[in-house]
Amino acid sequence: MFKANITMKTALLGSLLVFANASIADEFTDADVKRWEQQFMDTVKQGRELWTSPKLGNNGVVCAQCHPNAANTHPETYPKFQKQLGKVAPLWEMINWCLKNPLEGQPLAADDPKMIALQAYVTHERRGVKLEPGKH
Amino acid sequence: MSTINNSRRNFIKHSGIALLGSSLPISLVELAFAETTQNFSFAYISDSHIQHIKGAEFVRNWDQGLKRAVAEANLLTPKPDFVIFGGDLAQLGTKEELDHGAEMLSALSPKVHHVMGEHDYYLDLGEYWEKLFGPQYYSFDHKGVHFVVLNSIRTYDEWTYKRWPTNVQRMAEMAGLDNPNGSPFMVGDEQRKWLKADLAKIPKTTPVVVFSHSPLQKIYKGWNFWTEDAEQIQAMLKPFKQASVIYGHVHQIQYNQIGNISFNSVMATAWPWPYPQAYAQAEQYLPKLTVPMNRADPFFERDATGWQFINMANGRVDMHFSLDSNNSRTVGFNKSKKRPEDTVYPSEAKRTAPQTHY
Repeated sequence: MFKANITMKTALLGSLLVFANASIADEFTDADVKRWEQQFMDTVKQGRELWTSPKLGNNGVVCAQCHPNAANTHPETYPKFQKQLGKVAPLWEMINWCLKNPLEGQPLAADDPKMIALQAYVTHERRGVKLEPGKH
Repeated sequence: MSTINNSRRNFIKHSGIALLGSSLPISLVELAFAETTQNFSFAYISDSHIQHIKGAEFVRNWDQGLKRAVAEANLLTPKPDFVIFGGDLAQLGTKEELDHGAEMLSALSPKVHHVMGEHDYYLDLGEYWEKLFGPQYYSFDHKGVHFVVLNSIRTYDEWTYKRWPTNVQRMAEMAGLDNPNGSPFMVGDEQRKWLKADLAKIPKTTPVVVFSHSPLQKIYKGWNFWTEDAEQIQAMLKPFKQASVIYGHVHQIQYNQIGNISFNSVMATAWPWPYPQAYAQAEQYLPKLTVPMNRADPFFERDATGWQFINMANGRVDMHFSLDSNNSRTVGFNKSKKRPEDTVYPSEAKRTAPQTHY
């Protein structure tokens, strides 16, 4: 890549078409974008399934019982000072709080694919809302 | 209609001037225009969502909400004339859940009138519920007020009878509030016909109060804060001078006035729901009159849940919300403005930060 960039600089006055078939950073096709969006939406879908799954916790309670369409989760406000935890917390810590308390279940690791899927779903439902980290 | 009813009508005709207060606890009653002898109160408990885990285990959190409401309602002085249970006693409509809920409600000393909720209904279409609590829709008269109970959570026949391979799946599909496979609630032809006949016998000066599980007004279809034939029911209530609708399902404070009809929602004992505007993708019509309940603090298990007692004064509904882990609220009928109004937070300027939802 480094080498390619150097070469590109020297060739700037020439034709870029020479490199058209090489692998170049920041070049991607509509098909690539579609595939990546699909990957994201698949994860959102997994998150929605977990959100409505009685198996996520231990008592059959599902996230969607209190948070239909993930409403009142406010992903756009995290990280924020969570007075009940006494510190600035990211969204995933609050998700774990819910898993342990209303769902009477086990917390998930921050990088657990289930935790990532849950956050993808919550954030997707809140799309279009401006970021306001720290807002209470 | 009885002689008691006549005396109320006479009272409305000849009195209504004296502001005599009420015999209910003074801090909780702001409006009372009737003779004290004509005032009466009833308690309203709703949306307990008793949820079976397995064996003798039930979700502790929801059990606690109902137990607390029952215990507090039993302590009211003077005793309410009756209690309404507003529906969704169960979460998935099973015998275990309905039996467990009925057992907890059996501790109430006044008579309980039941309203059907979708979580009670869609497993067996109310068969077991009827055995425990009686008919799905009915009316009764009490101290000059005509009360009507509707099953407002029915839906299209195709959805109910043809779409789902099992009753368990049908129940599970309707139990998800935000499930796109759900179907809009409605009262339906059969009950509307019955209601028309029932109301035909009632003088138009008699106060009418309708209890339904879903709002008999259209707020947000995506979560069934909605009744498909709401306008048709409203048209039947229109000829009455004083009509009120009290509904559950929404797990939050809402109130509205449409023509002569006042609308009040009740809280859940189980858990609170977001206001529909909190769903960024929703097109919704929360009544502009409504001052929202405080945002819930999830760390207080019972916050933003509660129950209510209701004072009927001069045929109007005054709602007193008994909010667990929060200050009580009163939404009374403002006679001069002819609409329900919060007695503390009527103007924007008086509202508190936790009443802002986003």
